[in-house]
Amino acid sequence: MSQPATYTWFAAHELKLAWRDWLSMLMAGKRGRIGAVAIGLGAFVVFMHVIALIAVGPFAGAGRTPDKATLAILSAFVLLAWCLMISQAMESVTRAFYSRGDLDLILSSPATTRRLFAVRIGTLALSSMSMAVFLAGPFANVLAVLGGPRWLFGYGVFAAMGATAAAIAVTATVFLFRAIGPRRTRFAAQVLAAVVGAAFVIGLQMVAILSYGTFSRIAFIFSQGFIDSSPDASSLLYLPARAILGDPSALLAVMVTGIGVLGAAIGAFASGFGEHAIAAASVSQHVPARKALARPFRGATPAGALRRKELTLLRRDPWLMSQTLMQLLYLAPPALLLWRSFGDGIGISLLLVPVLVMAAGQLAGGLAWLAISGEDALDLVATAPVPRGFVMRAKIEAVLLAVAIVFAPLLAAFAIIMPVSALVTAAFAAVAAASATAIQFWFRSQVKRSQFRRRHTSSRIATFAEAFSSIGWAATAALVAHGTFAAIGVAILTLAVLWVARLISPHRTVIGER
Amino acid sequence: MLRRTEPPALEIRGLQKHYERPAVDGLDLRVEAGEFYALVGPNGAGKTTTLRMVSGLIAPDAGEIFVHGIDALREPVAAKQIIGWVSDEPMIYDKLTPFEYLEFVAGLWGIGAAEAERRAHALFGWLGLAPHAHERCEGFSKGMRQKVALAGGLVHEPRLIILDEPLTGLDAGSARQVKHVLRERMRGGTTVVMTTHILEVAERMADRIGIIVHGKLLAEGTLDELRRKAGLGESNLEDTFLTLVAEQTEAA
Repeated sequence: MSQPATYTWFAAHELKLAWRDWLSMLMAGKRGRIGAVAIGLGAFVVFMHVIALIAVGPFAGAGRTPDKATLAILSAFVLLAWCLMISQAMESVTRAFYSRGDLDLILSSPATTRRLFAVRIGTLALSSMSMAVFLAGPFANVLAVLGGPRWLFGYGVFAAMGATAAAIAVTATVFLFRAIGPRRTRFAAQVLAAVVGAAFVIGLQMVAILSYGTFSRIAFIFSQGFIDSSPDASSLLYLPARAILGDPSALLAVMVTGIGVLGAAIGAFASGFGEHAIAAASVSQHVPARKALARPFRGATPAGALRRKELTLLRRDPWLMSQTLMQLLYLAPPALLLWRSFGDGIGISLLLVPVLVMAAGQLAGGLAWLAISGEDALDLVATAPVPRGFVMRAKIEAVLLAVAIVFAPLLAAFAIIMPVSALVTAAFAAVAAASATAIQFWFRSQVKRSQFRRRHTSSRIATFAEAFSSIGWAATAALVAHGTFAAIGVAILTLAVLWVARLISPHRTVIGER
Repeated sequence: MLRRTEPPALEIRGLQKHYERPAVDGLDLRVEAGEFYALVGPNGAGKTTTLRMVSGLIAPDAGEIFVHGIDALREPVAAKQIIGWVSDEPMIYDKLTPFEYLEFVAGLWGIGAAEAERRAHALFGWLGLAPHAHERCEGFSKGMRQKVALAGGLVHEPRLIILDEPLTGLDAGSARQVKHVLRERMRGGTTVVMTTHILEVAERMADRIGIIVHGKLLAEGTLDELRRKAGLGESNLEDTFLTLVAEQTEAA
């Protein structure tokens, strides 16, 4: 056992907490699930290896001295993963800043806070690395088996990427803290994390649309235009790609850079981190008074009152704002495609229809969770003198109304150039939104709205069902717009997903019971 | 002798609720209209479960509940119309102001806007919330939040107010404001049923006190009646309560 309050002691403490938190999130707080979770994880790992075999198996024989095209394509994927890691790290840093947790205890103890926060930043880096390794490890494993152990260098690159992602996240958050203060940083950091996470993907899509009229970022990455506009093969920007391809000196450079950047961030910010955390914690404790305009009471029916309350809460929820921003960001490429198509009127329905339908389903899922599970005054609405099912119906109406408000302008623009496709999109967007809402209703739980982040971990079945349902309806809509009978088969499959979800859901009761 | 023609404000017959063990075990209770009835008992005695069943928040396994003669299990909407429920954990919306919160409650109970606004302003005044009526609740202290929740429980002027530990976490000033509002309501004929761990409050405010242990009503009556039952003279409620509960525990 190490000495109390040393680096190793703090590290052991932090790792123990992180492990328990991760385990608890994975098992959604139910201890008996450990067997099922282990089997699920094992199945996921096997599945990822199969995917990796199909996706990267043919590239296992790539040479140690790659050409510019290989380096450019690989670097683009590395950059994509790195953006997502930075986004995740920023979320983690924001959480570390703003959750009070054990801060009172530790800060009131004689322990050196610099050590604690140095360890916390290190833990954040480890967390970023472990997620990257978990998702990208199977690709490295498959390549190593087929092409030799040099491909295992990929693990070193993931570690370095995690370290730099954590360093950048800490630097950006501290910079925000100093620039705009603790009160605004929380929201700004969340939005920034969402933008960084989505920016690269969306940017590539937009470039692809503007350059080629296609929607696929993958096609763009593999295009000659992208390769021609990339730096020369000798560029240092390709070091991570070279390291992944088995160049030991490149790996050394990448790892030294990663560890160096993380070390510099720890050295620069660990001592001030405590002060920022105290300031952040006091912000979350003392929220400034935000006033609304004085006005007379507005009368409403019970249903009207419920709808108005839901819409007001959705509008005032910063968590939701960032989530909605994500959804709207993903709508930017189809909007761009729509705008470009006004001039030449090319057939775009196959590209736009599924994206809009899927986005409607995903947005409705998030909103439905907030309205159905995230009811902060559950006792109040449950004691209201309204018939059974009334409250839930009003909430669902509010969710669908909010989705309609977001999508109506895009659908209206779409209807001008392609009325039939727009009609198909509107119909299936409504179906996708209703399906996602139904899934959230069947898997509803009672939590605070502030726990929105945990919505995907509270029921993994619901998360997957929601995703498959949205994808299924998107595919069905695309096939209907194309006039293919295969749409019937996909629709039946999607209905089967919903039926199975309903069958295994904990709440199959009449609307209104909780 | 006075003959009561009005049905009791609350009548519970053979109420049962089982979780892993019996939480409420064949409880009978009768509270007359206009009474202040305090339900006290050790932790896990079944007080909150009982009141949550009366308020329609959980369904009983067996038994009957009547609120001013209305069968609350058969006609829950009619019963809820005249019940006001406030729990120990103030459930309000952080992003709404007290004004908006009461506007929402008024809408749920179908009260006209003008009448609801008049009542809301009166409640804000009594509870000291007027200066904060248009501030979002997210920055409020526990006491302020509890007062907003209480205002929400009263704005529809319920005939039966059910309070679960309403004074928990309140400072002396806020507790006094809450007690003042409850007394005002009782003068207007409202019935109050309250659980509390603060026995002094029960002693000072309640007309009758019920002691519940293991989901059963151990004893009820005025403080004097409880003292006699415990075989104590000029003792306070705390001594009386501890004596009766200890006797029950020994007997069990």
